[in-house]
Amino acid sequence: MSGKRILIVGATSAIAEATARLFAARGDALYLLARDRARAHAIAQDLKVRGATTVHSAELDVADFSAHARAIERAFAAMDGLDIALIAHGTLPNQARCDMDIDYALREFAVNGTSTIALSNLIAQKLQAQGHGMLAVISSVAGDRGRAGNYLYGAAKAAVSTYLSGLRQRLNKQGVNVLTIKPGFVDTPMTAQFKKGALWATPEAVARGIMRAMDRRRSVAYLPPFWWVIMAVIRAVPEFVFRRMKL
Amino acid sequence: MASMMPSWGRYPPARQHVLRVHDRFAPLPHFEGHALPRGNGRSYGDVCLDDGGTLLDARGLDRFIEFEANNGVLRCEAGVLLSEILELCVPRGWFLPVVPGTRFVTVGGAIANDVHGKNHHRVGSFGCCLRAFELLRSDDTRKICSREENPDWFAATIGGLGLTGLITWAELQLQPLRNAWFDTETVRYDTLEDFFALSDESAEAWDYTVAWVDCTARGKALGRGVFSRGNHAYIAPHAREPHEGRLKIPFTPPFSLVNGASLRAFNALHFRRAPRTVRRATQHYRPWLFPLDGIRNWNRMYGPRGFLQYQCVLPPHVARDATRELLERIAASGTGSFLAVLKQFGTIASPGLLSFPRPGTTLALDFANRGRGTFELLDKLDETVAAAGGAVYPAKDARLTGVRFRQYFPAWRQFSEFIDPAFSSGFWRRVVQ
Repeated sequence: MSGKRILIVGATSAIAEATARLFAARGDALYLLARDRARAHAIAQDLKVRGATTVHSAELDVADFSAHARAIERAFAAMDGLDIALIAHGTLPNQARCDMDIDYALREFAVNGTSTIALSNLIAQKLQAQGHGMLAVISSVAGDRGRAGNYLYGAAKAAVSTYLSGLRQRLNKQGVNVLTIKPGFVDTPMTAQFKKGALWATPEAVARGIMRAMDRRRSVAYLPPFWWVIMAVIRAVPEFVFRRMKL
Repeated sequence: MASMMPSWGRYPPARQHVLRVHDRFAPLPHFEGHALPRGNGRSYGDVCLDDGGTLLDARGLDRFIEFEANNGVLRCEAGVLLSEILELCVPRGWFLPVVPGTRFVTVGGAIANDVHGKNHHRVGSFGCCLRAFELLRSDDTRKICSREENPDWFAATIGGLGLTGLITWAELQLQPLRNAWFDTETVRYDTLEDFFALSDESAEAWDYTVAWVDCTARGKALGRGVFSRGNHAYIAPHAREPHEGRLKIPFTPPFSLVNGASLRAFNALHFRRAPRTVRRATQHYRPWLFPLDGIRNWNRMYGPRGFLQYQCVLPPHVARDATRELLERIAASGTGSFLAVLKQFGTIASPGLLSFPRPGTTLALDFANRGRGTFELLDKLDETVAAAGGAVYPAKDARLTGVRFRQYFPAWRQFSEFIDPAFSSGFWRRVVQ
């Protein structure tokens, strides 16, 4: 078989789409899951033209937990097993609203945290049964330490990163690699309202970093890599100093 | 978010809100006042600016839709760059029939400016290889436009400067290709008369022709330059694809690097280095068709005040005298650019209502923005162009008066009926006042 069989959850996200184009260009087969059917179909057409051997797309609202198992089951069946699963869905919650509206905050936590854990769990079981494969999940540098500006999002991503760390240990001897991807600031529709500075990366650059990390079967990839240094410094700041900082 | 997003000439300054468009099925994003679609911002003046309004940044519409590898029909979203199309299609044996001097323009921008290339005399302008597109209007209606369906909208949108609505996708007819290389010939010539002789002699046998002209030469040497012609190669050479240089102008120098002294020195050197007799070479399409793409951000060379590009076309029967008059005026001013281009357009008419290319001779060059002197010179050039019955290219313009524009493009009134009521541009407000 020539290309790899790849599942992407949250396929309309900018980072997922940029990564999918790299998969397509090398002739992989893709299965896309997304909430917006029309946009997923448009991306599927694009990937086909760019060289993907086959592209399926199907609908999945990650907030609907009851739909997860069936969607993952179908993806594995349609692709006759998977080599790589990339979980890339996410939103950017409004922290001020989270502070005032706990229902909203919990919904956002479910989308960015719990649903990702649930899907990781389902996919891990399948990959474990196969005895090979890779689970790559887009977490965030925001999960490395809570900041006043986006700690609901950060807490959800922290949960994801911690879960993946344990999952990686569990699957270490099973031939399944778990990759935690921690992008920094990425210029996407999700972050359209922010002013962009020197720390911002394009989705294409992050996608190239994801491919590199996958090829090297890395465990954790900060993207671009300089974020590892920034986060190491931020994590090292003692709490009594951190509480007074404005980040 | 208010943003500068300047045009390629970095003149005139403009402030506008930027809204990104990345879903071709969605209605236009909500905006107050007027808006203008924006591709990759490679037009030189203010056709891609909307000072005080909103830019609908369509680069996010960058998906391919369908490629029929058996007959070369490509459908893609309007924000796809021509460079992306070439990267995809060349290895599969297809080529864009029309490419401008840079490949970093979007399909939408290429339609809106009805761009042309060095092979205009053989294939016409971009509109000629366009089969269909979809137009999204601010009232949320959509129109599929082609020669058969909504042909009046098809004609108005080709060369329509983005004013008739947002182009969401387009369908292009590509041409078959054997390989990525060109058989080329280069020769220097000494007089303007020689340029016309070489052009006439080359038009039959060569698909691509263009001349670099020494815009500083005067007297007997007026119009001297280097003539290039090329055809798609039958056989690819046993050579590796050239690596595109990473050259770039990393920051904007505090003043223009193009001045009287550097201009004369460069042009004299460039002319003398060119071969006296015909030199043959096989060159890869990238450096041969897009030499300036090898220097990223070359527009910064002109310093913080930016530059003005001037491109005009002069009808065949007066082309010789009018070209001479223009070159005399430019040489006398001591200004101009390293790259000045002369080319003979052919007779293939574009479907576009406001299309620029028309039979005759076209001259294109840059002028560093030195304030009033530069604008006065360009007004003088306009006198010659207007008297000759020619036209100036809106995609490159930032200073044309309304009187001149309406003279150059008499179809403007008919065109204006197709403008989206919520769309406008700096250029359009200037020329209809």
